[in-house]
Amino acid sequence: MSATQPSVIEVRGLVKSFGRKMVLRGIDMDVSAGETLALFGPNGAGKTTLIRILALLSKATAGHVRVGGIEASRAGAALRRYIGMVSHAPLVYDSLTGEENLQFFARMYDLNDAQQRIRHVLEQVGLTHRRRDPVRTYSRGMVQRLAIARAILHDPPILLLDEPDTGLDQQAAEMLHHLIRRLSGERRTIVLTTHNLERGLEWADRVALLVDGKIAFETPCAAISAGELRDAYRTIVRGHET
Amino acid sequence: MKARDIAMLTLDVIAGVAVLIALYMALVWVPDAANLISPDEKVAQHIFYLHMGMNVDAGLGFLVTLIGSVLYLLTRRRIWDMIAVSSAELGVVFATAVLATGSLWARPTWNTWWTWDPRLTTAAIVWLIYIAYLMLRGALEGAEQRARFSAVYGIFAFLSVPLTFMSIRWWRTIHPTVFSGSNPGAQGGFSLGPHIRLTLFVSMIAFALMYAALMAHRVRLEQDAQAVQELKEQLL
Amino acid sequence: MSESGRVTARARTDNSPHEWNAQTTRVSPAKSYLRKVLAITWKDVISELRTREIFSAMFVFALLCVFIFQFAFDLQAENTRVLVPGVLWVTIVFSGVLGLNRSFVLEADKGCLDGLLLAPVDRSAIYFGKMLGNLIFMSVVELIILPLFMILFNLPLWHPGILVVIFLGTLGFSAVGTLFSAMAVNTRTREIMLPILLFPVILPVLIAGVRMTGGFLDGTALAEMQNWARLLVGFDIIFLAIALMTFDYVVEE
Repeated sequence: MSATQPSVIEVRGLVKSFGRKMVLRGIDMDVSAGETLALFGPNGAGKTTLIRILALLSKATAGHVRVGGIEASRAGAALRRYIGMVSHAPLVYDSLTGEENLQFFARMYDLNDAQQRIRHVLEQVGLTHRRRDPVRTYSRGMVQRLAIARAILHDPPILLLDEPDTGLDQQAAEMLHHLIRRLSGERRTIVLTTHNLERGLEWADRVALLVDGKIAFETPCAAISAGELRDAYRTIVRGHET
Repeated sequence: MKARDIAMLTLDVIAGVAVLIALYMALVWVPDAANLISPDEKVAQHIFYLHMGMNVDAGLGFLVTLIGSVLYLLTRRRIWDMIAVSSAELGVVFATAVLATGSLWARPTWNTWWTWDPRLTTAAIVWLIYIAYLMLRGALEGAEQRARFSAVYGIFAFLSVPLTFMSIRWWRTIHPTVFSGSNPGAQGGFSLGPHIRLTLFVSMIAFALMYAALMAHRVRLEQDAQAVQELKEQLL
Repeated sequence: MSESGRVTARARTDNSPHEWNAQTTRVSPAKSYLRKVLAITWKDVISELRTREIFSAMFVFALLCVFIFQFAFDLQAENTRVLVPGVLWVTIVFSGVLGLNRSFVLEADKGCLDGLLLAPVDRSAIYFGKMLGNLIFMSVVELIILPLFMILFNLPLWHPGILVVIFLGTLGFSAVGTLFSAMAVNTRTREIMLPILLFPVILPVLIAGVRMTGGFLDGTALAEMQNWARLLVGFDIIFLAIALMTFDYVVEE
C-alpha cells in the first residue's frame, strides 16, 4: 500500500481504562483505505478492547479515534452503517432462523434490497441450504459463518474481525480464508485479530503486535517471513513478561 | 498537616461542639411542651429534636446522592460517584436512626411502635430503596459500570419518593404536621414556643454540620481505598 | 489488488463516508425509527412464540399466585371485593418481574445486545422495542388471567375502567422494569436483583392500581378517583421520560 492512501482509521494516543484498570496505554495507528491490518498479541493485551472502540461499541478514555475522517466520540448513528464486525460472540439470535436473523439486521441497517443482499451473503458463507433452520440447530462453525454473513450484510467498507478463525473446523476455516481474501480484494479496509501468525500474514498487508496495551512492533507483511515474525513475537512477549 | 487535614479537623470540632450544644438544649434546657399530659409523652417529646435533626441528615444524604449521580453522568469524574455513594451510606444510617427514634417516640405518644402512616411508610420505603442502591453497587464488578448504573438508579430512587409519598398519603394520616398545623386529626402534636423553636433550629444546624463532617471523612476514606487499590495493582 | 481490473462500482477511493455507497433505503427518519422499534419487538415476539419460555413461566406463576392467595386469605364472597384487587395486582407484578428478568438475559447471553448497538439504531429505539415487547407479554398474561379472576371470584373485572387502569399500570411497570432489567442482567446476582431494584420504585403504580380497581368494582365514579388517575398517568410520563434519557448510560461502555 502506498503512502498516498488516505487513512480510513486513524488512532492517536488512545487510552482506555475500565475503572482503575488501564487496558490500552496510548496507541497510535493508521489503516489506509483498502488495507488489511492483522493484530497479534497475547490474551489480555487489549486487542478486543481496541476492536470494540473502532466499532464504536466502546468509548475511548483519552486520545482520538477517527473513522472515515469522523471523530468517533462525536459520531452519530450514521457512521455505524460503514462498519461491520465479527466478535467473539456470534451476535445472532438462537431461536430465529439464519434468514430471519439477517432479515432483522437488514431492517436495522435500513437496507433497501434486503432479499437480494441476504441471498448473496448466505451464498458467500455457504449457508443457503440451512437458512430456514433455527440457529439453535447450527454447529459452532455454522454459527460463526452466520456471524460473518451478519457482519458483511450491509456491505460495509470497514470490516473489524475479532478472532474470526477461533473454533472453526477445517472446512469452515477454509471458507473463511477464501472469504477474507475476497473481501480484502474488494478494497475493503479490514482490521483483524488472530492467534494464528501464518494465517494473519497471509490475510494482511501489514501486521502489528499489541502487548500490554501498546503497539510493540509493526511491519508490512512483505518485509517479514512467518519464521521471523514468530521469533519477533516470542522475543517481545517474553521481554514483557520478565 | 495539610490544609485539608486542618479544614477537616476544624469541621469535626465545630460539628462536635454543635451536637453537644444541641443535645444539651434538647434533653436538658428546653422545657416540656405545655400541652402534653402524661409524663412518658413529656420525656419522649425530647426525642423529637434529635429525630428532626437526623431527618435533615437523611434528606441531605439522599439529595446529595442525586446531585452526585447527575453530575457523574454529565462529567464522568470519579469524585462525583464517591460523593454519591458516601452520601447514600450516610443517608441510610440516618434514615435507620430516624425510624428508630420515631418508633421510640411513637410508643408513648401513639401507644404503638409502628403505624402505617404515610410519612413512616414513605420513610421505610425510601430506606429500602437506598438499601437496594447499595446492594446494586455491591453486585456490580467493574468500577466504571458500577458508577454509571448506580447513578441511573440514584436518579430513579430520588424521583420516586414524592410519588410514593403522595400515593401513601391518600390513605388516612395520623402523623403530626408540626409546621403547617393543618391536620386536626393528628395525635401528639404540640404548640411551638420560642424555646422549642430555638432548640429545633440549633439541632437541625448541628446535625447538618455533623453530616458535613462525616461526609468529609467518608469521601476521603473512599479516595484512600482507591489509592490503595491502585498501588496494589501496580505491585501485581 | 485494484489494478487487477476487478474494480467494481464498489471501489472506494475517498475516505469520506459520504462517498461510500451504502445500499440503504431512503426513508424518512421517523419511519425508519418506527420500523426498527417494531422489528426489535417483532423479533422478541417471534422468539417467544417459538420457545414459549417466558410466557408459560409467567402464566403458570400467575396461576400459582391465585392459589397461594386463596389459601392465605381464604377468599370468600363477602371479602373478595376488598381483597381481590390487591391479589390481582400482586399477581401482575410478580409474574411481570419474571418476564422482565428474561428480557435482557436473551440479549446478554449471546452478546446480542452488541449486535444491536453495532447497528445504526438510536438507543432509544432499542429501549422502546424491548419495552413494547415486555408490555405485550404482560398484557397477554393479563388478558388471560382477568377472565379467570372473574370466574374464580365472581367479580365484574371486565370493566373498561379496570382495563385502562391495568394498561396504564403495566405501561409504567414495563417502562421502569425494562431499564432496570438491562442493569440487573449485568450484576452478579441477576434474577435476584431486579425485584429488589424495581418493587420499591413502582410502589405508587401498585397502590394506584389497587385503589382504582377496587374503586371501579365498588362503582365509584372516575371523577372521585381523579387524583389516582393523575398519579398513574404522571408516573408513566415521568418515568418513561427518565428511562429514555438514561438508557444510553446503561448500554454504553
